[in-house]
Amino acid sequence: MRWTSRDTRSLGIGLAYLAPSLILFAAFVFIPLAQSIYLSFFNTRATGVATTFAGLDHYLELLTSPAFRTGLLATTLFALYTVPVGIALGLVLAVMLNQRLRAINVFRTMMSSTIAISAAVGALIWLLLLNPSLGLLNYILSLVGVHGPDWLIQPTSAIIAVSLTTIWLTLGTNIIVLLAGLQGVPEEIYEAARLDGARGLRMFTRITMPMVSPSLFFLLVVDTIAVLQAFTQIHLLTRGGPVDATRVLVYSIYQDAFQNFQFGYASAQAVILLLLVMALTLIQFRFVERRVHYQ
Amino acid sequence: MSVRLVLTYALLVVGSIIVAFPLLIALSYSLMSESEIATFPPPLLTTRPTLNNYADVLDTIPIGRYLLNSFIVSTAVVAGQLITASLAAYAFSFLVFRGRQALFFVFLSTLMIPWEATIIPNYMTIRTIGWLDTYQGLAVPFMATAFGTFLLRQAFLQIPRELWDAARIDGASSFRFLVSTVIPLSRPILGTVAIYGFLSTYNQYFWPLLITNQTLMRTTQVGIAQLRFEETLRFGLVMAGVVMVAVPTLALLVLGQRQLVRGLTAGAVKG
Repeated sequence: MRWTSRDTRSLGIGLAYLAPSLILFAAFVFIPLAQSIYLSFFNTRATGVATTFAGLDHYLELLTSPAFRTGLLATTLFALYTVPVGIALGLVLAVMLNQRLRAINVFRTMMSSTIAISAAVGALIWLLLLNPSLGLLNYILSLVGVHGPDWLIQPTSAIIAVSLTTIWLTLGTNIIVLLAGLQGVPEEIYEAARLDGARGLRMFTRITMPMVSPSLFFLLVVDTIAVLQAFTQIHLLTRGGPVDATRVLVYSIYQDAFQNFQFGYASAQAVILLLLVMALTLIQFRFVERRVHYQ
Repeated sequence: MSVRLVLTYALLVVGSIIVAFPLLIALSYSLMSESEIATFPPPLLTTRPTLNNYADVLDTIPIGRYLLNSFIVSTAVVAGQLITASLAAYAFSFLVFRGRQALFFVFLSTLMIPWEATIIPNYMTIRTIGWLDTYQGLAVPFMATAFGTFLLRQAFLQIPRELWDAARIDGASSFRFLVSTVIPLSRPILGTVAIYGFLSTYNQYFWPLLITNQTLMRTTQVGIAQLRFEETLRFGLVMAGVVMVAVPTLALLVLGQRQLVRGLTAGAVKG
């Protein structure tokens, strides 16, 4: 089709409406993104000004750096401890909340309350709960005969402590998404399964789980991305320690850029974070597209 | 049957208490003296409630100023997002022009880019233009929203085309149609976008931590974190700060529950 003067006019009007958003996206998303990629190939001064071309040096350094490998391990453990447990807990609670009962909305609001809670508030409360002498967590554990660790001092327990905090913080979102998924299951499907003699656990694994699988998959991706971006709870609970046990990717970017002033090296890590999140999002998009097709 | 009902409610009550337990503890400990907090076993409820911790928060940090800062910044972000997203969503739903698909894809692509991956150049930009320690620096980078645009576009597409045709016949300009018809019809979804924008800005920590240094420009989240780094860690004091900062968001949750649920589930269920 030929481009006419009417096309130019209508595009002009369209762009006028999009301009405020586009200008902001250009200034704070697209140009900075290009700058991040650019900086990752350069050495920089402490002010952040690029000086000499470094080629792939920063990336090669990352590949061989034990600290970076520890960081990736910490990020992986953090995701593995947080995401599956958070989704499973969310599902159990959402099933409990998916009932037609008087005052059910009170319970729904209470259980999803953590969506309004900031990571800073959550981290400060868990700092108290996790405290070895004053905190309730170790006291409750001692009641069932478990000697709780000094959570934030030992590397193995510090990452679990950060994960516990994060599970609690994401629980509200998980419950709301799964509850909506459960409510989308037509009553007739349960009726039919009941007629076929399905009950209890069998009903859950054969009917409920497959029917909410799109919501489960959505949360798997969204929660993993959220874990990759988690900063606040680490900053307030462990500062990346002890001995780098909780120095996840974002925290490493923060320390290398804003404490060690190695902006090039930090930008290379930012590019890796970008690639990870993009990969996860593309998987999500593809999945949604496929699902729309066979509906 | 009724035994089962009692059991169901009992489970719901227990579940709710467990989930809300950290919040209840924060409230309870904010009313305790430090000596009571230090007793063993750790108490659940105070025997001598006191408001001293709250008074101490007011003496230790300018919490009123932090709350004011956070309200100014969050309100500015909400206003900015409502304007930019309404205009963009309108172009993506009512206007017809070549390149619309491609531009919509440009918007969606921003959802794939984590803020943390661009935070270094963004920090440098804000520093270069002299916006460190300013409200603009805290608010302007977040005034466009692809997610909000997407939500609004979905809602705008539900508005009957006949209204648009009628408005054109009456000679209304397309901008006037947006302001006098589309926006008033979309109030619920605008509420969703507003609540989201407010909560996510109010709850920010990383960005305000980076770009504010002056005590008076700190926001609530960074401000209460200072309580954790006082010379001696006093949990009663920290919990009082936590309660003061969390109350506005919890109030918003209770008032805007329906809007929040609509926003969260738009991505998950409808795909």
